[in-house]
Amino acid sequence: MTATSPAETSPTAASENPAILDVRGLWKVFGPRAADVPGSPLAELSRAELKERTGCVAAVRDASFSVRRGEVFVVMGLSGSGKSTLVRCLTRLVEPTAGEIVLDGTDIRRAADKQLRDLRRHRFAMVFQHFGLLPHRRVLDNIAYGLEIQGVKKAPRYSRATEMLDLVGLTGYADSYPDQLSGGMQQRVGLARALAGDPEVLFFDEPFSALDPLIRRDMQNEVIRLHREVGKTMVFITHDLGEALRLGDRILVMRDGALVQTGTPDEVVGAPADDYVREFVRDVSRSHVLTLRWIMRPPEAGDALDGPELGPDVVIKEAVPTVLRADRPVRVVADGELLGVVGAAEVLEVIAE
Amino acid sequence: MVTSQVTAPVPARRPVWTRPYLLAGILAAWLVLWLIFRGQATLPLGGAELTPLHERIGAAADVIDDSRNENPLFLYFVNYIRLFIDQFVTFVQALISAPSFGRPVPVVGWLGVTGIATAVAVLYANLRVALLTAAGFASFGLLGLWRESMDTLALTLAAVVLSLAVGIPLGVWAGLSDRFERLAGPVLDFMQTMPTFVYLAPLTLFFLIGPASATVATMIYAIPPAIRITSHAIREVPPETVEAGASLGSTPWQLLAKVRLPLAKRTIIVGVNQTIMAALSMATIAALIDAPGLGKTVLKALETLDVGTSFNAGLAIVIMAIVLDRVTSAAGRRVETARRAGRARRPLWRRVQVTAVLAATAVLVYLSHVYVWAAVFPGEAGLGSHVRRAADAASQWAQANLYTYTNALKNVVTYGLLNPFEAVLTGSPWWLVLLVVTAAALVLTTVRVAVVCAACLALLVALGLWQDGMVTLAATLVATVLVMALGVVTGVWMGRDGRADRVIRPILDAGQTMPAFVYLVPILGLFGATRFTAIIAAVVYAAPVAIKLVADGVRGVPVSAVEAATAAGSSPWQVISKVQLPMARRAVALAANQGLIYVLAMVVVGGLVGAGALGYDVVSGFSQLQLRGKGLAAGLAIVVLGTMLAALTKAAARRADAAAHGRL
Amino acid sequence: MKVPRIALAGAACLLVSTVSACAGAKVGETTAAPAASGSGSSSAKQACGALNLAINPWVGYEANAAVIAYVAEKELGCTVTKKDLKEEVAWQGFSTGEVDAIVENWGHDDLKKKYIEDQKVAVEAGPTGNKGVIGWYVPPWMAEKYPDITDYKNLNKYADLFKTSESGGKGQLLDGDPSFVTNDAALVKNLDLNYKVVYAGSEAALITGFRQAETQKKPMIGYFYEPQWFLSEVKLVKVNLPAYTEGCDADAAKVACDYPPYELDKIVSRKFADAAGPAYQLVKNFTWTNDDQNLVAKYISEDKMTPEAAAEKWVTANPDKIKPWLPAS
Repeated sequence: MTATSPAETSPTAASENPAILDVRGLWKVFGPRAADVPGSPLAELSRAELKERTGCVAAVRDASFSVRRGEVFVVMGLSGSGKSTLVRCLTRLVEPTAGEIVLDGTDIRRAADKQLRDLRRHRFAMVFQHFGLLPHRRVLDNIAYGLEIQGVKKAPRYSRATEMLDLVGLTGYADSYPDQLSGGMQQRVGLARALAGDPEVLFFDEPFSALDPLIRRDMQNEVIRLHREVGKTMVFITHDLGEALRLGDRILVMRDGALVQTGTPDEVVGAPADDYVREFVRDVSRSHVLTLRWIMRPPEAGDALDGPELGPDVVIKEAVPTVLRADRPVRVVADGELLGVVGAAEVLEVIAE
Repeated sequence: MVTSQVTAPVPARRPVWTRPYLLAGILAAWLVLWLIFRGQATLPLGGAELTPLHERIGAAADVIDDSRNENPLFLYFVNYIRLFIDQFVTFVQALISAPSFGRPVPVVGWLGVTGIATAVAVLYANLRVALLTAAGFASFGLLGLWRESMDTLALTLAAVVLSLAVGIPLGVWAGLSDRFERLAGPVLDFMQTMPTFVYLAPLTLFFLIGPASATVATMIYAIPPAIRITSHAIREVPPETVEAGASLGSTPWQLLAKVRLPLAKRTIIVGVNQTIMAALSMATIAALIDAPGLGKTVLKALETLDVGTSFNAGLAIVIMAIVLDRVTSAAGRRVETARRAGRARRPLWRRVQVTAVLAATAVLVYLSHVYVWAAVFPGEAGLGSHVRRAADAASQWAQANLYTYTNALKNVVTYGLLNPFEAVLTGSPWWLVLLVVTAAALVLTTVRVAVVCAACLALLVALGLWQDGMVTLAATLVATVLVMALGVVTGVWMGRDGRADRVIRPILDAGQTMPAFVYLVPILGLFGATRFTAIIAAVVYAAPVAIKLVADGVRGVPVSAVEAATAAGSSPWQVISKVQLPMARRAVALAANQGLIYVLAMVVVGGLVGAGALGYDVVSGFSQLQLRGKGLAAGLAIVVLGTMLAALTKAAARRADAAAHGRL
Repeated sequence: MKVPRIALAGAACLLVSTVSACAGAKVGETTAAPAASGSGSSSAKQACGALNLAINPWVGYEANAAVIAYVAEKELGCTVTKKDLKEEVAWQGFSTGEVDAIVENWGHDDLKKKYIEDQKVAVEAGPTGNKGVIGWYVPPWMAEKYPDITDYKNLNKYADLFKTSESGGKGQLLDGDPSFVTNDAALVKNLDLNYKVVYAGSEAALITGFRQAETQKKPMIGYFYEPQWFLSEVKLVKVNLPAYTEGCDADAAKVACDYPPYELDKIVSRKFADAAGPAYQLVKNFTWTNDDQNLVAKYISEDKMTPEAAAEKWVTANPDKIKPWLPAS
């Protein structure tokens, strides 16, 4: 195991951006007298003990994290880990029990009904697992729903909706009804609907788990493409580690309502915070996730330091041909500074797992 | 206690046999104690005897009667409601049934009404249903009952429109608010189980004799399904769709109007359907307070035991029920298909179609307004006399030839099941029954349900109608057992065999909507004035509901489960007993619950055919002033029994659910 | 095509209506106006006005009401509205002003007390002439086969014959319509009879029982009353209970004598009586015999005539009986 500490600086560009969404001490407790739990000694109990003692279920326990502008922030956990509740708390579809949710300086929890509606109409939007489309409306009217309830006139509303339809690649389906479309297409409608209001933050609640694997991959690519094109901040809930690693700039792992680890994909895979995460990432091909940063070693005496040069954020898998073809260690260089070297031995150790 | 075992995850399973053994122990103890205490503290009360409570209730009713002219607020409020309803019903009658606006005939004659009904069916349902509608309406005329049918239709439609106007908003509220739903539940139970006979006479004091009282009586019975099903429909809307709407910033009102109601529409139409059925089934009883229509024909015919005439009118009611049912359910399905059909070029075609149908209807309405042949149904109504004669002949033949068999059947059930059961229930001291029921409820269900049962039985004692209550309870339980036996057997058959379903369903509809007064005479002839006759009447009325629910439940079992069982080499019997019935257990539990409610609804009719007890108390309270308090108390006792049994069956249904999920 | 065929036929009919027979008579042109809008022309009818008759649900009552209504409409030109109501609701109609007259009342001392004495909204309008008899009856074949059965003293001897699934080992005495207070339970007890009272619950149940008992020669004893149309179909035989004497039924629990003979009477609303119009005179003067009523009841029940037709037939045949009912003028 690579015990070297994970790099302090995160690799992606978004890392330098300021936080757009700050969550501090967020609790969601279901059950009688739920409000009494956060901050009391009860808060220290495990989920099962709390259930036994009070009949309450703590779906989200003391969650704190921040999402940076423009990044894809993935929340990952098994079913029942509280991740769906967490994302609903962020938009107050579920009323949090305690804590703060600050969007660009506004505390969402304090927003009055009207203010909250305005936030939902203009600042953030959500994509749902089972799409949540309105079966009695055409695709176009589904996409335009958000604009319609804001009172946008028909012409601009439809023109914007058509634009979105084209953006998600459903040109020509404006007059179809949702149940005439495949699941993947329906979720594209869900996506277009969410984008129609030009929100700053998009929330995804396991959007692709109801889809076939092939379609799922398509849709993941779609999200990557859209992220590149429109550059929205995305909070993405999933139980699928592969999806999390593929999409996430950073990943938050949840278990039993509590946060276990937050980090970049390679951090999570390379340095699991505990056995739970370790078990979780066990089957991941590390070479597909980890970068050279994770396996490089300091140059030793005798290493020839004139081998090929690669950046620290190059994924191992992609470095393999270079490393194996070279007859001397590959130098890992960032900003002209030599960080370490990687030889065939290190690479093979990872691949051979 | 038992509850904690249901909710908490118990690592070690409690041995399965404990519950049955405990129950058997309780029953054995009951029998032993019954033998010891038999006949003590059984609280009998003779037919004309009253308790002080009954006298007080009667006196209180008198006070209310007398003060109705001195309470201006109440009077004006009620008066305005009455005026509004009267006007409304009279207006509908003027349109289709009563001579109006100085003409000897209604505004729209038979051809026009048939045309309108058919047009509605064409536009909202489909062509096949439209043909059925046309044939159905024509048959009212052929049976010689056009005017009566239109009176019934007018009253039913008015009551349904008003019931929906009240019921759908309340149902939406109940769907959105758990608190309101919890509050409304018992009230609706009360409205559905309180026998009509109890409130029929008082209603005429406040709403006077005439359409308003009849409409209000009908509404009391017809509103609960509208509220219940609307609430269910609203709750059924996928939460994620509602969340999607909310997440885009919908106001609560927008969520309701643009998301919840459109998605609930289809189920709400089922509620409309049930409301219509409930309203129609009140049509006969409302005739006791001069409600016009087919009900009057049925009751009049009963005076002279004229089976043919009352069957003829009953047939018209059944036809009306089937037509209204098929139109509304087809309209409900159409909501679905219209959506799926897409819209390409449809608007134009649809517009042409609508215009053509409307134009044709307008022509028919015009003809029926102007010309006598289209206004008054022509001909001698030959079909009616055939039906009358056939029904008479069938009834007489059955009474003459089947008596030996039916009498034997009656004796077997009465001596073998009903009498022993009743002997134990009525022969035990009241405190023993209370103890046994509470203990059994504790073992089988939850503490809460046990408390409800104990309270209900205590209330029965307080109402002074303990023994009558036990007699009614015994008959009710036997009837429910028969209903469930029929329900499971026929329901499974129908659920597995689509053709059987198509053949049997209309018969069930007939059983449910044919007024009991129609078959009272034949079954009296077959079984005599006995408790068993009352049980038969209850079974005829309640079994269709149970059968339909079981059939739908069995059909709802996933095909894959049945295929898997068949692939594993199960015999049909094994598929039924190990897959279909267990998987449909929720439907079976619901069938038991509904079957019970429907059996209780027939307690009063049972009182008319020899069941005595609470049903007879209610009827005599309706007929004799000095027994009025007792009649009211008996009505309450029926509600109390219903509450107890409903709580028990609901708890059993929950247990079935929990068991299905492996939590017990 | 989706346009229903009948609609096409209708449209076609409209097209040719000007020339073909399909036009037919127009509403209001050739149809005779209904009776209500006035066919006669005597001046009495303006004075008569409206008569709201309660119709209680048994045929004998219907016979009385039919004849009164027929005479009121034809002879006096009243506008008669019949309202089908159970007794108690009918009495309530006095207090709400919706019922003018009840034309066959069986006792109902409780209702009389409430509406005549307490509320003072109704008054008695004299007897109908019909004599009501209430008692225990057996089918004719039994009276023939067991002649002594008509004496209550011998009833215990035959108790076994009357056993049913409902009577718990004793003889079954089938009790009646819930509209009447019966003393039968007390009678059985006080006369020491080995019988159990079973509540049939409706007139229909009683009649069906007796009808079957006679046709299938089954034993049956039950509560019944006359005048009743069914007696003209099956002549039930009355069982003699200890004779009624004034006051022998004062204590309901200790009663051991037969039911009193009923003088069936008429009740009208006070307003109607005070106005004393021709309709009131008619109702007040109306009396006839049990045979008269039975005949009209038979027209209705057995010959299946409408009440109106039955009344017309009887009135036409008995003009002299009508005359004394009409207001002196």
